[in-house]
This record gives sequence, C-alpha cells and structure tokens, in this order.
Amino acid sequence: MKKLGLLICCLLSSYACFADKLVTDPFASVQWDDMNAAFLQGKPVEFDERVKVKTPSFAENPMSVPVTVDATELANVEQIIIFADFNPIPLIARYYPSNTEAELSFRFKIQQSSPIRAAVLTDDGVWHVGGAWIDSAGGGCTVASTGRLVGDWADKLGNIYGKRWRAPNKDRIRFLINHPMDTGLVSGIPAFFIEELSFMTEEGELLAKIELFEPINENPVLTFDFKATNPTSTILMVGSDNNGNEFSAEFKP
Amino acid sequence: MKVIISILICAFIVFIGITSVSARDFNYQLKANKVAKDTYVFVGKTEDFSFTNGGNIVNTSFIVTKKGVVVIDTGPSLRYGQQMKLAISEITDKKIIAVYLTHHHPDHFLGNQAFKGIPIYALAGTMSNIRNEGAAFTDNLYLMVGDWMRGTDVYEPTLTVEPSLISIGGHHLEILAYEGHTNSDMAILDHSTGVLFSGDLVFHNRTLTTPHANIAEWKKTITILQELPFTALVPGHGPVSNNKKVLNEVLDYLTWLDMSLKQAAETGLSMAEAMEIELPRRFLSNALLKKEFSRSIIHLYSSYENRVFTSVN
Repeated sequence: MKKLGLLICCLLSSYACFADKLVTDPFASVQWDDMNAAFLQGKPVEFDERVKVKTPSFAENPMSVPVTVDATELANVEQIIIFADFNPIPLIARYYPSNTEAELSFRFKIQQSSPIRAAVLTDDGVWHVGGAWIDSAGGGCTVASTGRLVGDWADKLGNIYGKRWRAPNKDRIRFLINHPMDTGLVSGIPAFFIEELSFMTEEGELLAKIELFEPINENPVLTFDFKATNPTSTILMVGSDNNGNEFSAEFKP
Repeated sequence: MKVIISILICAFIVFIGITSVSARDFNYQLKANKVAKDTYVFVGKTEDFSFTNGGNIVNTSFIVTKKGVVVIDTGPSLRYGQQMKLAISEITDKKIIAVYLTHHHPDHFLGNQAFKGIPIYALAGTMSNIRNEGAAFTDNLYLMVGDWMRGTDVYEPTLTVEPSLISIGGHHLEILAYEGHTNSDMAILDHSTGVLFSGDLVFHNRTLTTPHANIAEWKKTITILQELPFTALVPGHGPVSNNKKVLNEVLDYLTWLDMSLKQAAETGLSMAEAMEIELPRRFLSNALLKKEFSRSIIHLYSSYENRVFTSVN
C-alpha cells in the first residue's frame, strides 16, 4: 500500500513537472490561459517548434496580415486552430485536413500587437502550439471594409478567382473569394462572413474542411495543399456564409 | 563617509537628470552640406522611422538664389521645419521665398507649418494626396517617432505648380512631373548648377519603399531621368551622388522586384512564402533590404496574384 502511495506521488509530481514545462508560453501572453481554456478543451498542450507560423513581424496593413502555417513535420494531424490572443475576436480559423498537407495560408485583420498561434491537434490527443509575435499600429478589426466604403461589394459577392498547381505528390490551390468579411465591430454593419469551405475530389472523397471566422480579411485569399489527389481529377469546393449565401468552385487539373 | 555617499548619490541623480534632458531636447542636429554652388542638403539617416532619429531619415535641400532661398521638402515634423529654418539662417541671411514639395509622403511635408506665410508649391496630384491621406500619415508618425512630432499637424501646400521652367534670382529651375514612387512625383533640375533633386524617385544605399508605387511607371521614369543633363543628384534618401550609377541601381532593383513577384505569383507562393525568397547579394549593401522587400510584398503582391488567378466559379 505504501508502495502504491509512493508511486501515485511520483506520478503526480512528474505530471506536475511535465505540465508546468508544457504550459510555459514563449510569448508570456496574459491571455494565454484564457485561449487555452477557450479553444484547447483541457487536452495536453506542447509548445512545439515543428509548428511554423510564418508572418512578417510588423503588420504593414492591419486589415490584411499574411500568414502561412506549416505543420507538415507532424504526422496524423486532425485539426489546426488559429487564433490571435489580443484580437477582440481571437478565433480566426479551424482547419480539418482529412486528406491534406497540414499547411495553409490566409490573411487576417489584426486589432493590436498580438501573438498569432496555430494549435495543431495530432491523433494522440495532444495540441502542438506554434506562434509568432506581430507588432501593429492596429485598427484592422474596427474599420469598415473597402467594399462597404466603395459600396460595390454586393455586385462582386461570391466571385471566386484562383488557380491550381501540380507538384510531385501534391496539388496546391490558391483562390480569392469576393466577400466583405464584416466583423460586426463596426457600428451599423452586422457580422457577415464566410463560415465554412469544404474541398473534395470529383469522386466525392473529402479532402479538407475549414471554418472561417470574422478576422479573416476582406476578399479572402487562401492557399491549401492536397496530397494524394488524382492529377486528372477536378478538385471541388463548396461553402457558405452566415447569411446563407452558398459558394462553389472547380479547380480543374 | 555617509556624507560622501550622499553627495555621490546626489551627483549621480543630477547627472542622470542632465543626460536624460539632453536626450530629450529633440535636436535633429541638422548640418547643411554644400553640394554645388548655392546648393545645400540636409542628409538624413538611411534608417526607418524611430524614437531615436525622430524621423530624420530624409533629405531636404535649399538653394540660395540672389532673390532669396528656395526650399525643397520640409521634413517629418514641425520641429524639423523650425530647425531647418534656423540652420538655413546660419548659412545665409536671405529670406526664404518659396518651398517646393516633391511628393505627399509625411517625411517630406510635415515640416510645412514652420514655413507658414511663404508660398508652398506642389503638383496638383500631391495636393489632393495630402488632403486625402495627410491626417492618417500624421497619426502614424506620432506612433513611430513619438514626442518629436509635438505640435505637428497637416499644413497643406498653398499653390499648385505645373511642369515649367522657373527663373529665380539667377537660377533656372525646371519643375518636372513624373509618377512611379507615387502617382505624383516632382523632380527639380537646376540648370544653373546641374543639380537634380529627384525626391523619392531615387534612393541611394537604401532600399526603395513602395506603399504607393507603380513599378512599371517608376521604371519608365528612371529611364527618362537617365537622359537628363545633371552633374549631381540629390536623392530622397541616402547620400548625394555625382554619377548615373545610382539610377542604374534603382532600375536594377525595380526590375528584379517586378520579376521576382511575377515569378512568385506564377509559382503559387503565398505572401508569407514569397517573403522568404532569397535576396540577391548585389542589393545587400542597401539599408533595410529584407524589411522593405517584405513591405513591398504587402503593397504589391495582390496585383501579381490577380494576374495569375482566373475565374473558377
């Protein structure tokens, strides 16, 4: 019995050490604990350099900060959550790369200097978190979109322009969707944003799904890499926004 | 012993007080460099805006004519403009009779308030650009250089000028209108001295900035400047040059930038990936290469993407 008690003590103390080491945020952000609680569901968390978040260190244009998340060094990725600690709406996107490289690029609106994080859930139930610090003069989330100011957003809504590239063992698609992506933080303009996009093969196999949130930039430009796709098969995309508008696109080989 | 320690502590506190005051007297230390007969330049640092340099990263100039002094660009703040006037008065007791602004970027015109009462000339495009964007520029500079900006506000140019030949006090100044760095860039060629004031169409030993650039137009403009009969070139940023090599360097960078962004977009790189392109060694001697290249991607890359994308729905 004593032995068992000792064992439990050892386990608890090693777990405590383990846990302590894991939750030390490299950016020492006061928001980290809240972010962890809000998005990472109490699962174990590791700050992991294999999750690369590439972005300039200064937000030249706070309305559109480019980010590439590359977690291709991790195997069996189930989900990638992207958030910025100090944004009024921190959650930027949730990506489910079923049959895809764990890599994506997007642009987002930043309200003030903040870490941007990519938390990558692997199939062992561990979140691997990478990030970068972005300095900003700010204001990206509370400024009306250009389309609202010019007034022509409705004419272009849902137009999609893009291209597909074939590389050995993978396909890359990049595209732009005309959409104001209103945050709801500008007086008199309710939140209006693309909520979800899904990608599948012509044969109906799901490649990936992404949920987008208010901070994604106006007229989003997104980049995805799909592996093991049939080079002669068309990649299909379908999606919708929070007002029920539906979008679809075809990326032919 | 205690007394000695107290005295030392007091002396130390006073010393700290003095040094911090001298760091906060907001003196740009402007020194007029003579570059040709009657012609002087305040050469700024080839740095980005900072709390340390107070925005003194720009070249401003003046020509002492028989009729009076002609000023070209007024610097980043009211304080800069005031100190510029003071430095000019140490060279000549002639009055300042005209100010010309090369373009609408804040480091070139926010010293205007110090020249109230004197005609301030700008191209029509620059005039409207200042009206539309001046206030936002001012806010941004307050953020980037802090208290050096105290009292600075937008003071618009008072008169528009068109491309023309102007004779003032024995100097024949040709006002030239181009575009490329912005949609309204003035250069001034003083035919009497052979000095070309290029504004920000030319940077020397410092990487070009592109927030309002049109690369194709800019390249055209540089080839026109190459034909002008100048003997000295005062760039918007960086040291004065006595040959055309600096123009070749500007053209070389613009051509490379254009090609690289086109190639990156055609290869399918994202913006953040394009920022990792290897930068040619020949540009490494230009200050802020990596930073300005990244900024240029933010400014310009979308237009290259749009040329590659086609309708997919």
